[in-house]
Amino acid sequence: GWRRLLEVVPPLVTQWHAAVCATKRKRFYQNVSISQGEGGFEINLDHRKLKTPQGKLFTVPSEALAIAVATEWDSQKDTIKFYTMHLTTLCNTALDNPTQRNKMQLIHAAVKFLETDTVCYRVEEPAALAELQRDEWDPVVAWAEKRYNVAIGSSTSILGPNIPASTKETFVSHLASYNMWALQGIEYVITQLKSLILSMGLIDRHITVEKAVLLSRLEEEYQIQRWGSVEWAHDYDLCELRARTAAGTLFVHLCSESSTVKHKLLQD
Amino acid sequence: PSRVGPTPHHLYNGQAALAFQSASPGLPRMSERPPLRPGLVPSAPQVTSEKLCRAQQELHFQAATYLCLLRSVREHGALHQEYHGKGERSPEEVAGLVGFRLPQQPGGKG
Repeated sequence: GWRRLLEVVPPLVTQWHAAVCATKRKRFYQNVSISQGEGGFEINLDHRKLKTPQGKLFTVPSEALAIAVATEWDSQKDTIKFYTMHLTTLCNTALDNPTQRNKMQLIHAAVKFLETDTVCYRVEEPAALAELQRDEWDPVVAWAEKRYNVAIGSSTSILGPNIPASTKETFVSHLASYNMWALQGIEYVITQLKSLILSMGLIDRHITVEKAVLLSRLEEEYQIQRWGSVEWAHDYDLCELRARTAAGTLFVHLCSESSTVKHKLLQD
Repeated sequence: PSRVGPTPHHLYNGQAALAFQSASPGLPRMSERPPLRPGLVPSAPQVTSEKLCRAQQELHFQAATYLCLLRSVREHGALHQEYHGKGERSPEEVAGLVGFRLPQQPGGKG
């Protein structure tokens, strides 16, 4: 009866407990280093070479990115907190491509966000929020229109702005100039910020991560100012979004740069 | 440290010495350079070329972005620790959550 249940349940509970905590694992390595292999830069945890979740050898095209990833691993204390290792996660996504999307599919997914771009979706009420949106979002929309020579606009309609086909084609063309790794990063940032325009602002170094996140969360910030917030919860979400956005942006830039150019400048 | 400007590609045994040293005291910022007196020929090349300027801006942005990443991860972790992470629960605590007690305790479920 229930006595038998009490013998069976605790091991099950322990198993369930362990399964729930699978996002953490004890740090099992002492030293972290990077090395250069045929496919790119690799991460070494003691003598082991890091692998992706699908078992592929973890290789990255950029040395600086490899160092940053190695730093994530070296920063772990007793338990490995995978949810804090954003650059590692981005590299794993680029290597494994779990959603199995090709370059064109990624690009179209990214550009599709323009139809529901945060900074184009405006409220009519309350008036104070509508004004805040105009003050804070109009400049960045104007910047994107000028920078890319496109028409975007904004809308209070529930359907969102009507983006001309030529505008979408321009962005598709532009994004096609990025390699697959950088594109994974761009699409990631867009998903986090819910805005293609803010993401391009970051990629083009027109705005900082802090500013992009603030603009992405403008309505939340407005509500918090009006109604107050559970401070730590607000900061928690804010820090998380900043971390992910910063990681994505850094990832894009590190995957896009050419090391040859840098070396030439160093000789000046 | 060398006179050369900050470079992201120097490695120091796996440490994140990505040399994001735009805040380094050893490196004069462009705004801090004294104005050139007329007639005075500089002995060192001036940092005036647009290419170098843009590269420095790009590097500064990268440094600021990386700093934001490190700081945000640290702050998020601190908040998580204080408000979300009550530490790992023991099997006894977990059992208690679903209304069970472990066999060691005589009498079992109350």
